[in-house]
Amino acid sequence: MNFDLLWSIAQTFATTALVSVGGISTMIPEIHRQAVEIYGWMTDAQFASSFAISQVAPGPNVLLMSLVGWRVAGFAGMMVATLSTIIPTSIICLVAARLENQLTHAKWYSVTRKSLPPLIVGLIFSSGVVTARAAVQDAVGVLIVMGVGIYFFLTKSNPLVSIFASIVVGVVAGRLGLL
Amino acid sequence: MNDQISGGAQPCLSPQPHGVTLWNLFTGFVLVGLFGFGGIAAALFHVAVERRKWITSDEYTSCLALGQVLPGASLMNMTTIVADRFQGIKGVVLALIGLFTFPLLILLGLIATYDHYAYLPDVQNATNAAAAAAVGLTFGTGLKLAKVIIKSKTSLAFTVLAFVSIGLLKLPLLQTILVLTALAIWVGYKEDKS
Repeated sequence: MNFDLLWSIAQTFATTALVSVGGISTMIPEIHRQAVEIYGWMTDAQFASSFAISQVAPGPNVLLMSLVGWRVAGFAGMMVATLSTIIPTSIICLVAARLENQLTHAKWYSVTRKSLPPLIVGLIFSSGVVTARAAVQDAVGVLIVMGVGIYFFLTKSNPLVSIFASIVVGVVAGRLGLL
Repeated sequence: MNDQISGGAQPCLSPQPHGVTLWNLFTGFVLVGLFGFGGIAAALFHVAVERRKWITSDEYTSCLALGQVLPGASLMNMTTIVADRFQGIKGVVLALIGLFTFPLLILLGLIATYDHYAYLPDVQNATNAAAAAAVGLTFGTGLKLAKVIIKSKTSLAFTVLAFVSIGLLKLPLLQTILVLTALAIWVGYKEDKS
């Protein structure tokens, strides 16, 4: 087993999780930068297919990180990526949740809670752009991104509906020779 | 995917929890993992609020808001907060095991199937389309949040700053977030005073 590789995976995922506010989607640009551009662990195409598979599988969005770990170093990589994404941040969360009753009276706490959300929105759009660069290759892809984006913005529909409808569109477009 | 980030600052769970056993927590989170497609936000709401009645829907919203401003996956933070409330650290560990075991097994099955059939054009097209849909969902979620959160020129400025530096210029997240967070809090203080 390659412990140096596993250690790099642990460091990359733990550090990225610790500085990501707003959830898994804000981690995606940094994980892409590290895994594809800095370490060369995987190609853009492999990153894109991992992203797609993790969205189709049931379970937390953290599964994308599990899958990147699997692609890099098999089962051990998957476990290391998953655990280093969730354990350090869960510990911080545990402490914060237990202190929250005292924190709510502190000024800096309420200022922080009001100040962070706009940054989170910017990070989520960043995640969209980075995954689009890796995953969208043709006009049908662009149409799916725009269609799903607008539909999901305007309705309260389940994400899975959009994903399966898009799969049908993609397969049919391929059969018709549009791709 | 996430729907709510609120700026209010009340403790997110009422101080006196009713009893939820370890087994009840574990099986509940097994269900959340299996029901959660495209993230577990909706599944957690369904199980924790509607089926098992562990928490109220107001508690759900304010817990999610706390989970989102803390570092890491918001729904993992929320799992931690909810499980800790009823069964402490033991509960958190069991909840996470319950949440991940089946989805990871299903994921391994999906990867094996994908790798076996990836050469088929239909499978490639389906995967590309699913990835494009997931990108669309990310933008849709961003728009939903922007509608709630961007209420002033300041908030718009910080959204644009974060987007340009991470999304377009691809700056390293660690340094960028530290600088932008400090800046956002400093501006927040100034606005609070005036």
